[in-house]
Amino acid sequence: MPTAMKQPEEIAAYLNDHIDEGVLGFVPAEVGQPWISVAPDTVKKIAKFLRDDQELRFNTLMCLSGVHYPAEQELGVTYHLHSTTLGHTVALKARVPIDNPRVQSVESIWKTADWHEREAWDMLGIVFDGHPNMARILCPDDWIGHPLRKDYVQQETYMGVTTRF
Amino acid sequence: MTNQITANIHETKEMTINMGPQHPSTHGVLRLEVVLNGEVVTRVHPHIGYLHRCFEKYAEAMDDYSKVIPYTDRIDYVSAMNQEHGYVIAVEKLLQLEVPERVEYVRVILAELQRIASHLLGIGTFGLDLGAFTPFLYCFIEREKILTIFEKISGARLLYNYICVGGLMRDVPDSFKPETADFVKTFRPKIKELNDLLSYNQIFIDRTANIGVLPAEVALNYAASGPMLRGSGVSWDLRKNDPYSIYDRFEFDIPVGTGEVGTVGDCWDRYMVRVREMEQSLVIIEQALEQMPDEGNVMEAVPKRIRMKEGEIYVRTETPRGELGYYIISDKSSSPFRVKVRAPSFVNLSILPAISRGALLSDLVAIVGSIDIVLGEVDR
Amino acid sequence: MGLLDKKYHDSNIIIVSLDSALNWARKSSLWYEQFGLACCAIEMMATAASHYDFDRFGIIPRSSPRQADVMIVAGTVTMKMASRIERLYEQMSEPRYVISMGSCSNSGGPYWEHGYHVLKGVDKVIPVDVYVPGCPPRPEALLEGFLTLQKKIEGESLVEKKPSEKITEDADRHETT
Repeated sequence: MPTAMKQPEEIAAYLNDHIDEGVLGFVPAEVGQPWISVAPDTVKKIAKFLRDDQELRFNTLMCLSGVHYPAEQELGVTYHLHSTTLGHTVALKARVPIDNPRVQSVESIWKTADWHEREAWDMLGIVFDGHPNMARILCPDDWIGHPLRKDYVQQETYMGVTTRF
Repeated sequence: MTNQITANIHETKEMTINMGPQHPSTHGVLRLEVVLNGEVVTRVHPHIGYLHRCFEKYAEAMDDYSKVIPYTDRIDYVSAMNQEHGYVIAVEKLLQLEVPERVEYVRVILAELQRIASHLLGIGTFGLDLGAFTPFLYCFIEREKILTIFEKISGARLLYNYICVGGLMRDVPDSFKPETADFVKTFRPKIKELNDLLSYNQIFIDRTANIGVLPAEVALNYAASGPMLRGSGVSWDLRKNDPYSIYDRFEFDIPVGTGEVGTVGDCWDRYMVRVREMEQSLVIIEQALEQMPDEGNVMEAVPKRIRMKEGEIYVRTETPRGELGYYIISDKSSSPFRVKVRAPSFVNLSILPAISRGALLSDLVAIVGSIDIVLGEVDR
Repeated sequence: MGLLDKKYHDSNIIIVSLDSALNWARKSSLWYEQFGLACCAIEMMATAASHYDFDRFGIIPRSSPRQADVMIVAGTVTMKMASRIERLYEQMSEPRYVISMGSCSNSGGPYWEHGYHVLKGVDKVIPVDVYVPGCPPRPEALLEGFLTLQKKIEGESLVEKKPSEKITEDADRHETT
């Protein structure tokens, strides 16, 4: 039974061999950790492969984070995956243009993505296709704007109360 | 099972009630929208965000990596030392900074003391939720002792701002070692006392055994961590499975849920994992006190100005509530480009709808209490 | 009765003004609304627990606002929470008091600048009687806040308003109508 722990570059090579489209490349890091770049409309397929493949077995999604890249006019989603059986970890990244920020939802693969994706929608306005309940989670439902965008302007009042000092 | 009996006999109309945001058993400002069929919970819909304090925005707005540390304290105010520790490790890894031995030992001792303090609070309030008032008072006596130690080294009781990038705010006083050793000695018998008082109390067992059972596969799929995952029988502790700091130098066990009084993964198991973890923390503290070097400059590796390269890192550490992840993206400026906190309470709470289906309304209190959430961390 | 026994051993009548008797009773049993928001709530719990022991001042927690005399706003009030606090305050029966505990509920505290979702001071939605500074305040500071509130209660009158107060109140009413 193949139970070897893999390095991120090996995982990237393995993905390239087994998936026809969607894996855009492996980005090595100067400092910190490298990541694998993926296409936003293939995330679900790749996620399913990562979870179910016997060589990879990524049974846990540790973290799902949304990021705003103002210079490129893009939003990004970073997935940090981990396999409790094999012990390896990997980071995936999907980038989408800010005027059409749609990424496939992985809620059906890892249940934990449910709240993380809602948070990414709330904070950055990333839409996850296929998510059962794409509602705000931290801010109230009638909040204006997505606070973690770099160009966010705080609303002056909420329900008649000022948000300023 | 009482739940099923009640459900079958008293078939009633569904009714929705609100639990919280002001409720003595929600551990803060959590709102649960509960759909009930008689006394039986058919659906729970947690509403969070009542304590959303914009941490991630603050992290980006600060002009220095060090200035984020006071805010990390306030994410999980019950275990502030662990929060600081996690953030500082992430920044140090990005900086590729080596910290002195003495600093590492002090940090580990503080983190473990904080773990005990946090579990004491969690256990005490869990008892309180279920109607046991006395254990709460007993727990707080011991917790105050730990806070006194913290106060002596940092000047604060709750939010310390003590661990800084590359070192510590200042060296621990000479009294730190004997006082900590003294605490370890006096605290051990208290755990037995707590077990007699609460853990093996028949009323407490009746309220928690077989309630809110979380199977291991579900726990993993929801990415549960900490006592929540270990209560389900999965032996998983980042201090052992992915050692950070100097945890690989200590010998300790990972307590897991065994279904001793009920089913594996029930509320009692989650509770008991916390009690046993306190014992293991004492074991770690003892070893650390023994190995800790007496001399050393704790400010040696502290950088005057933090100059970061472009990069990103996801660092996870084991807090009393589970896996705390800091995902930091750095650019060339002196403040972080993005900091995302993977808060263990946030993830653990998202399991609540799955495990409370079919429970009685009064058991919902036990389930929420056994998750041991801190709303500051859930909402950030 | 201890001290009182020795002082008034041959009489069972004490002459005292109604105001001070009422105020003495009110200030000695301040039931507070058990209502934690954030970090300060942990210190509030510590104040109620073994070491600092609120009970000796007659201060005990109630879980319902309808039974409480005083509300301790212990922690950061967010925009989402603000309307709930207002409602809880309205549910309390008069006379009611509010203690704002910690920098966050005093003024927004560490979150006053970029905290888009943080209310910058709970006094923007409900009236506050005593402000306790600190982040978080030590239990002693919260006790001090309660003693200050007791002093405030001592000076109040529930029985009859002073003539001067009545006049200003009437004048206010005329102005508004």
